[in-house]
Amino acid sequence: MKHLLGGIASLCVLAGSAYAQQTTLTIGMQLEPPHLDPTSAAAAAIDEVVYANIYEGLTRFASDGSVVPGLAQSWEIAEDGLSYTFTLQEGVLFHDGSTLTADDVKFSLDRARGEDSTNAQKALFADIDSVNVVDDSTVEVTLIAPNGSLLFNLAWGDAVIVDQGFTEDAKTAPNGTGPFKFADWVQGDRVEIASNPDYWGEAAKLEGVTFKFISDPTAAFAALMAGDVDAFPVFPAPENLPQFEADPRFNVIVGSTEGETILSTNNQQPPFDDVRVREAVAHAIDRQAIINGAMFGYGTPIGTHFAPHNPAYLDLTANSDFDPEKSKALLEEAGYADGFTTTLKLPPPSYARRGGEIIAAQLRAVGIETEITNLEWAQWLEEVFRGKDYGLTIVSHTEPMDIGIYARPDYYFQYDDPVVQAMMKGLDAMTDADDRTAVLQAVQTRISENYVNGYLFQLAKTGVADARIVGLWENSPTQANDMTAVYWKE
Amino acid sequence: MRGLLVGGALAIVFLAAALLSLIWTPYDVEALDIAAKMQPPGGAHWFGTDHFGRDILSMIMVGARVSIAVALVAVGIGIGLGVPLGLAAATRKGSAFDEIIMRSNDLIFAFPSLLIAVMITAVFGPSALNAIIAIGIFNIPVFARLTRGAALSLWQREFILAARVAGKGPARISVEHILPNIANLLIVQGTIQFSLGILAEAGLSYIGLGVQPPTPSWGRMLADSQTLASLAPHLVLFPGFAIILTVLGLNLMGDGLRDLLDPRIRRARS
Amino acid sequence: MLRYALKRLISLGLSLVAASLVIFLSLEIVPGDPAAAMLGINAEPETLKALRIELGLDKPPLQRYLSWTSGMLTGDFGISYTYRAPVSQIILDRIWISLPLALLALLLSTLIAVPAGIWAATKRGSIADIAIVGTTQLGVAIPNFWFAVILVLIFAINLGWFSAGGFPGWAGGPLPALKALTLPAIALALPQAAILTRVMRSALLDTLGEDFMRTARAKGLSQRQAIWRHGFRNALIPVLTIIGLQFSFLLAGAIIIENVFFLPGLGRLIFQAIAQRDLIVVESVIMLLVFAVIVITFLVDLAYAWVDPRLRSRA
Repeated sequence: MKHLLGGIASLCVLAGSAYAQQTTLTIGMQLEPPHLDPTSAAAAAIDEVVYANIYEGLTRFASDGSVVPGLAQSWEIAEDGLSYTFTLQEGVLFHDGSTLTADDVKFSLDRARGEDSTNAQKALFADIDSVNVVDDSTVEVTLIAPNGSLLFNLAWGDAVIVDQGFTEDAKTAPNGTGPFKFADWVQGDRVEIASNPDYWGEAAKLEGVTFKFISDPTAAFAALMAGDVDAFPVFPAPENLPQFEADPRFNVIVGSTEGETILSTNNQQPPFDDVRVREAVAHAIDRQAIINGAMFGYGTPIGTHFAPHNPAYLDLTANSDFDPEKSKALLEEAGYADGFTTTLKLPPPSYARRGGEIIAAQLRAVGIETEITNLEWAQWLEEVFRGKDYGLTIVSHTEPMDIGIYARPDYYFQYDDPVVQAMMKGLDAMTDADDRTAVLQAVQTRISENYVNGYLFQLAKTGVADARIVGLWENSPTQANDMTAVYWKE
Repeated sequence: MRGLLVGGALAIVFLAAALLSLIWTPYDVEALDIAAKMQPPGGAHWFGTDHFGRDILSMIMVGARVSIAVALVAVGIGIGLGVPLGLAAATRKGSAFDEIIMRSNDLIFAFPSLLIAVMITAVFGPSALNAIIAIGIFNIPVFARLTRGAALSLWQREFILAARVAGKGPARISVEHILPNIANLLIVQGTIQFSLGILAEAGLSYIGLGVQPPTPSWGRMLADSQTLASLAPHLVLFPGFAIILTVLGLNLMGDGLRDLLDPRIRRARS
Repeated sequence: MLRYALKRLISLGLSLVAASLVIFLSLEIVPGDPAAAMLGINAEPETLKALRIELGLDKPPLQRYLSWTSGMLTGDFGISYTYRAPVSQIILDRIWISLPLALLALLLSTLIAVPAGIWAATKRGSIADIAIVGTTQLGVAIPNFWFAVILVLIFAINLGWFSAGGFPGWAGGPLPALKALTLPAIALALPQAAILTRVMRSALLDTLGEDFMRTARAKGLSQRQAIWRHGFRNALIPVLTIIGLQFSFLLAGAIIIENVFFLPGLGRLIFQAIAQRDLIVVESVIMLLVFAVIVITFLVDLAYAWVDPRLRSRA
């Protein structure tokens, strides 16, 4: 009944359009974005609304994770790898009607890397030496050193192109170039976007999309069942998925994310400065039990810090197979025959809270006692990430291709290994794909055999959608809800 | 009287369960058995198992211990600090000291209690101790105000006058004469605050601010199982019943005690 | 009377200053950097510094305290760190959920409690009285968040009569909005109704024993007439006091309920703001709530003093 009424209502609104075909969609999201400027905050919810829909960058991620042209229709890379010349798409208009020019690109990139920049991923632009306007539709980016990841870096939501008249107003009324325009924001409830008739590329199939914010998993379940939302691309409660799978009205979409979920270990804090203790922890953990108990079966076991769907991935789970006896033997060898007590600080997501309780029980079985503290993100950032005041923590590292963090000795797990540092340094200068793969695999093996962290599982993207919806991303190469190709089946 | 008996019986059941959990529970509440998760109530597990396969009856027993301990200490803080403050304020009625104490009381009352608890945890991190402090703070003005009011009316009485004439100082009179006469009042209020403390502890641990896992608490049991409610309602029902019955028992006991101990009501009844 | 009011007014002002100090100082010692909370784990130190300067967090505490308090006097609550919008605007948006919710809950609880309390009092000792008193005992003991979860389970998930939560806004007309507030209001109203019923019943029982009631009966009024004309009016004072207190409680105390039903009200705003270290929002909302309670208390005290002159000298 509610569905019918909703249908009639949208018919009235879209009086001009032909009947029957549904042209709007309501997407459920767990978190509401604080504002809609992807270039000045880390909140994934911002990208989940604006990425590819409202804002575009020079390059962009496709659904399979590959980097494809965005606002730049083509580019040329100089022989020495130190300069990239981008040619912009023609006839690109911002939603306020102004034309996109090379000046806007220069403004956006300079703003992101400038001294007073508040970009959450400023490191993406660290290798850029200068951005030069060649003519209205050509931009040259010069680098300090060759960087094989530049096109990849420019595809991030933090690198989208804004107009040079950017003001703080854009935080609540974004002005992008994408196939959808910002329409309305009812704070605390929903953001609405509408298709952009002046879009330079292929127009979106939907006339409008509503992003509805439902943080509570029970309510998310009820909202889908009642038809209040049509799709929940990142459904927060895996325990409810079997009910959706059994219901022909719904599709359960299980895909991969870039989230390596790891038991991060403070490598400088005794006893974790002893590799035998870290190995003991690794063998004490039964990954499958964690995937079953915390994620209700969704997730792929990993043995190193790398996404399994990446071609360069190595399956190293055998290095840290579940073997409590070996774990106890290692602890004894390291001088902890009677075990020890450490802290386990858990951020809010359920993979961490539930996974933490399971890991605590598994560690207790080999004699390691943990004191669990559940923290909010702000506290976690302060105590664990910045303060490095922890023994163990669980977190999913959702940035794509982030194995480089193992070359940063000041990173929160404090792994200081000159070998990995040298390998990653070499990687930056490489452009040959095979060479890069070889180095990446060497790093994977090194950190796996050094048991830097406990490698648990690759976070699955578990979404639920009305079975008649086509074109939603299955995987999550970046945190986004790309609506450009989504439509309703007849 | 009937209320007192029923309430007392309920309270004793939970107290006994809490004490028993110190030495024995049917299952280890910290051992997980994921293969046996979400079993409905039955022979092996009277109240069923949770999403990690833990025995819910055992968790409720340990949860009772947590709830009771937190609420009891919080009441203790309220009495320990509130009563002396109230007595002292009554000895110097109308003085600046009295005024400061009473205005501070008003000020504490004016703060939304739950928000203060959230803020305390933001500062010190979540733990049972901080839950106790958060609940205890709001017990102080309750007892201070109650004590001051009752003490003020006692100060007018002849036997106090006699004690003053005998040369006893206000502190000594407060302890020797006032305190014994307001003890009943404090017991009754203590019972009520105790039951409010149980509710508050459940609320705090429901939003994740109480005792930390793996130690079970009723509020967190509810929060953890909320998304599973449509699959396994017993996960939500049993902790809820535990909270309701304990609070109900304490309230009935409090009302019964008031009828029994408050001479004003007893006289009115007879 | 005027002198009494003046004295209370000064103490009200002092209380507000004390409250603002307590709030500001306690938030000063909250660990966690708002800038870090916003920029996440990949933020560079210099980026954090730039954002802190942009947010004005680099200024000394005293200066921030003074600019916060002086701003509040002119209605300027500052700019939210996370939402980058004026705090006063955010509060105004949210209050249109919290205020109607509190009023609805209060209305429900009063509509249940007053008749139930009167009925129980007039039929003292009857089965109806025992049943009502028993129900109130149960009502006080049920935690409202548990009750809320059960309501969602029954009426939203199983029966589908209401949505499980969320708020469509008032723009689409009052009906959908009121529908979204129904379950939360019921969950909030239940314990309040239980308390209020008890107060109503005992207040009425107290007045029934008073001399003027006996006089009224002696004048030939029926029991019912006597209750309506005299008893009810006299029992109203304690009942209204409780309703006043409950209102301020409901305004602030709905945090958990707003979370269960994910209503974007004041409680949820402040809960999220604490988690995100949006300290300026936290400060301002708490201050507003404290202000509301202090003022309501002040008005109640004044009303009492006006009714009962003896209180003026006593307080």
